[in-house]
Amino acid sequence: MSGDSMPGEPTPGGRVPGGAMLGEVGLGGRALEVYGVPLRSRLLLGTSRYPSPAVLSAAVKASTAQVVTVSLRRESSGERAGQGFWSLIQELGVRVLPNTAGCHSAKEAVTTAHMAREVFGTPWIKLEVIGEDDTLQPDVFGLVEAARILTSEGFQVFPYTTEDLVVADRLLDAGCRVLMPWGAPIGSGRGLNNLFGLKALRAHFPDVPLVIDAGIGVPSHAAQAMELGFDAVLLNTAVAQASDPARMAAAFAQAIEAGVEARQAGPMEPRDMAAPSTPVIGTAFLR
Amino acid sequence: MKILVNGDWRDTGAVDLAAALAELGYGEAVVATALNGEFVPATSRQGAHLSEGDRIEVLAPMQGG
Repeated sequence: MSGDSMPGEPTPGGRVPGGAMLGEVGLGGRALEVYGVPLRSRLLLGTSRYPSPAVLSAAVKASTAQVVTVSLRRESSGERAGQGFWSLIQELGVRVLPNTAGCHSAKEAVTTAHMAREVFGTPWIKLEVIGEDDTLQPDVFGLVEAARILTSEGFQVFPYTTEDLVVADRLLDAGCRVLMPWGAPIGSGRGLNNLFGLKALRAHFPDVPLVIDAGIGVPSHAAQAMELGFDAVLLNTAVAQASDPARMAAAFAQAIEAGVEARQAGPMEPRDMAAPSTPVIGTAFLR
Repeated sequence: MKILVNGDWRDTGAVDLAAALAELGYGEAVVATALNGEFVPATSRQGAHLSEGDRIEVLAPMQGG
């Protein structure tokens, strides 16, 4: 893991592109800090499904993300595809968040986490235990079991979960200090499917960093997540599969900044009926 | 003897995991290994004895979401 030279360094004015003011108190009165690491950018970016390594690199830079997700796959001794990818990521100077994608049991996820810790040299693990193949929704029982084992072994777990309050509570009990509820199924681009559930989660755990992970399709979804008070978003396909990934990554950074600003500015409450915005007193009588 | 390496059967004379990786040509590559479903740290590959039919997984960094 690289620590010192992160992208998105502050400009002389102290403003970080795509992030809140450096040192500024974050959403809900908190600075965004995950496992003791302060993050200026509230966008975590996946590295999969880009048209080329060069496009991936351009998108990461444009996003100003400080954290990217990576995984482990079988390596052929002849091709050694993984070695080139790892060099590319190291050159970007970002933190890596390895995932356990593709694991369907706690045991598989725990073993994968051990392998990831050795290869990537970080205790961070994006814990995924998949329970259903059509929706890729988490097996929350296996997730809690794996989280408990991994935190006891010194891992810092980022669990990919649902908006379920009881599961969230169990994950916190297991030692997780950040939660990553889905917005919608992975790769679906449907945005925030269960607004009621997500708002309830935010309200129940005001002091826990909450990252919307999966389902984000367009920048307005990310802005909405920030307006609702979520701390960050993790996305991949929405940028990787855009016609111009670097441009879309920059658009996400702007949307997230707008959402953060809006949250701090205090959005108005919606109403059922119209309310005239122009003063009524002094209206001319012209009938 | 025959062992399964990333799902493919291979003939090997290697006595342990470290020797097998060298024989298979992984050299200095950044990889993590598992033997029969259990993680084997790099420091334990030497001495992780191989038997007929063992399953080895050799994983490396890859794109992920």
